[in-house]
Amino acid sequence: MSSRTLPLLFINLGGEMLYILDQRLRAQNIPVDKAKKVMNDIITTMFNKKFLEELFKPQELYSKKALRTVFDRLAHASIMRLNQASMDKLYDLMTMAFKYQVLLCPRAKDILLVSFNHMDAIKDFVKDTPSVLSQVDETYRQLIEMYTPLSSGEFQLIRQTLLIFFQDMHIRVSIFLKDKVQNSNGRFVLPISGPVPHGTHIPGLIRMFSCNGEEVKRLQFRNGGNYTGVLGEGSFEMFGERVIKLGTNMYSVSRPVETHMSGTSKNSAQKKSVNTAPNPLAKEELNMLARLMGGMEVQKLGNADSGFRVNLFATDEEEEEALISRPDEFSYDVIKIQATKNQQANAELAKIMGDFTEEAGEPCSSIANSKGDDLLAMMDGL
Amino acid sequence: MYHKEKSIQMKSSASALYNNLSVLRIAPRSLTYFTVVHANMVNMVSASWDGLNYSHRQLQSKEANVATSSSLIMQAAWCVLPSRDILVLTSQKGIQMYESDGSIMVYWHALDTPETQTAQAVFARGIAAVREKYICVGISSGSMLVFDVPIKGSNITLSEVLEEHKESITDLASECSGSQECIADMVSADDSGNLCVWKSGEDFQLLNKIPGFQMSCSSVKLWKGTVVAGYGTGQIRLYEAVTGIVHAEVNAHARWIYSLDIAPFSGLLLSAAEDSLVRVWHLTMTPETNSVEIVHMYNECVTDTQICGAKFCDGDGYAFAVTGYDLSEIIRYTQV
Repeated sequence: MSSRTLPLLFINLGGEMLYILDQRLRAQNIPVDKAKKVMNDIITTMFNKKFLEELFKPQELYSKKALRTVFDRLAHASIMRLNQASMDKLYDLMTMAFKYQVLLCPRAKDILLVSFNHMDAIKDFVKDTPSVLSQVDETYRQLIEMYTPLSSGEFQLIRQTLLIFFQDMHIRVSIFLKDKVQNSNGRFVLPISGPVPHGTHIPGLIRMFSCNGEEVKRLQFRNGGNYTGVLGEGSFEMFGERVIKLGTNMYSVSRPVETHMSGTSKNSAQKKSVNTAPNPLAKEELNMLARLMGGMEVQKLGNADSGFRVNLFATDEEEEEALISRPDEFSYDVIKIQATKNQQANAELAKIMGDFTEEAGEPCSSIANSKGDDLLAMMDGL
Repeated sequence: MYHKEKSIQMKSSASALYNNLSVLRIAPRSLTYFTVVHANMVNMVSASWDGLNYSHRQLQSKEANVATSSSLIMQAAWCVLPSRDILVLTSQKGIQMYESDGSIMVYWHALDTPETQTAQAVFARGIAAVREKYICVGISSGSMLVFDVPIKGSNITLSEVLEEHKESITDLASECSGSQECIADMVSADDSGNLCVWKSGEDFQLLNKIPGFQMSCSSVKLWKGTVVAGYGTGQIRLYEAVTGIVHAEVNAHARWIYSLDIAPFSGLLLSAAEDSLVRVWHLTMTPETNSVEIVHMYNECVTDTQICGAKFCDGDGYAFAVTGYDLSEIIRYTQV
């Protein structure tokens, strides 16, 4: 649908990831200098110029599989390491948080304000590092340039595209359950109270006019809700009061980051069909992925001592248990690319892509299909 | 006024798309068909009136050229013509038309998609059957395609391309009162809220252009010469189609309106929005004073659901059905 969705998806998910990692680093008492380095390294990679150039190009959204691969890579852009279970949980939290924010946005345009909230926080994380700060500022400018001219309808298309991406995801998040913004069935609470969006009137008034435009009758009706006023307009510039609170950091050291796998909707009929794409789709995605990740410079783990592991769970045992007990329908299909072999992987990818594009003129579709299978097999083996 | 009936379960959930529910009542077979879009697929459920038999079918967006990415469907709607009912699917790649129960595809029209991806999205959206022989479909560029549909068979042809809108088409509606006296046959709406009123024929004629106010009009209906338009601000406006005179303005919803429907025999209006509310209104025309009145009748809150489709199941408005984002059921209500 909208070809301008990927930058917003990436920046907001990235922002949530940083909030969670920041919380875990502090909860695990990682030394301040190491923690800061992790945050700086990840943010540097996120806002790498070449990477962003690829990201901001008009394109369809990636599949969940491809996007998860990008974030796996991003999470390992520093000396920090995450086990599979922790990475799964991190991704669950990131996606459910952004799904919540997209759903609750009063206006479609407010997705941009949510993005600015994430950007404001990211800027704060790197305020002492001028080189990264300038990259972040440059990204603000790109966001402003690309998104502020869009109409309400175009923002709604972006929102609809995002909602298709998040469709059928109902993972329960502890912090949401506690705050009563999510029900025990995993669905978010949509209040019919509070202020109405900027530009909307509180429902209840009918005005009728004569042929020459004079108001001739007014009727009131009960709106069934409890609306209290109109929201002010947030700032769409580099600085300013955003008004919308969605996208600000909801974690602090004392608030745990749990998710619940059991009891989540077991309706297996709701298999996400968007992912069961034929091979040709996967190949095009691999093309895009290779170009995107070509711009991502991932830290080589030099000195083994400087690396450390972050756990999204309270104990190592819990983490192990989570990996074993994770239900099948929630497993993320990831294209595995070892962080330590990144340069080799890049070369391999590039070579594969090169080989493939030479053969693109092949008329026989069966050959194309097997090529796709080979590609995927190679990727998984890397 | 209404109470909830047993819901119909679907094979997959509804996507957040405008006007995401289409209902076709087949009286001779005591059946009602419901179609709901889920990403690149359409869920079709046929429900017998005695509530005992349900059958499901899923249609994929089949594209002629499968080389590139899969195509998301923007809308699926029944077009009721005198001799046949056609199911129209509009997607990012083109327009598919199916015969009656969705078993046979009778026509495929590919959209001009550029070689490399452009910032402007390409898709078809907005479907209406007009008079006896036309099916009109809107495009993201603002153009509208007019197809000439024969009484039977697959010899459907593109009759005309209407270039009036500059923004993406959001919805199309044809005069639904059944009256032959109405001058205006169709209204089209776009993302900037502009409305165009048309008379059908060999060449469609633009009768009037009603300017928008920079806010998308996501759903539109035309009944007895009155345009009913729902906007992203939650407002509903009633206009006289051929003159553009505003009859009424309603602060109807607290969020973006996703669906409007009219029961032509009774003048009941149904509106549904992201704010979880479905509202029923009543329209009365007073030809002597050339006025239209709208009164509020009923509210139904579908808890924690952003509604994306709401349609009456019959011409009197005795029953209506609702779909919501992430919901795998079609919720039904009937009058008490």
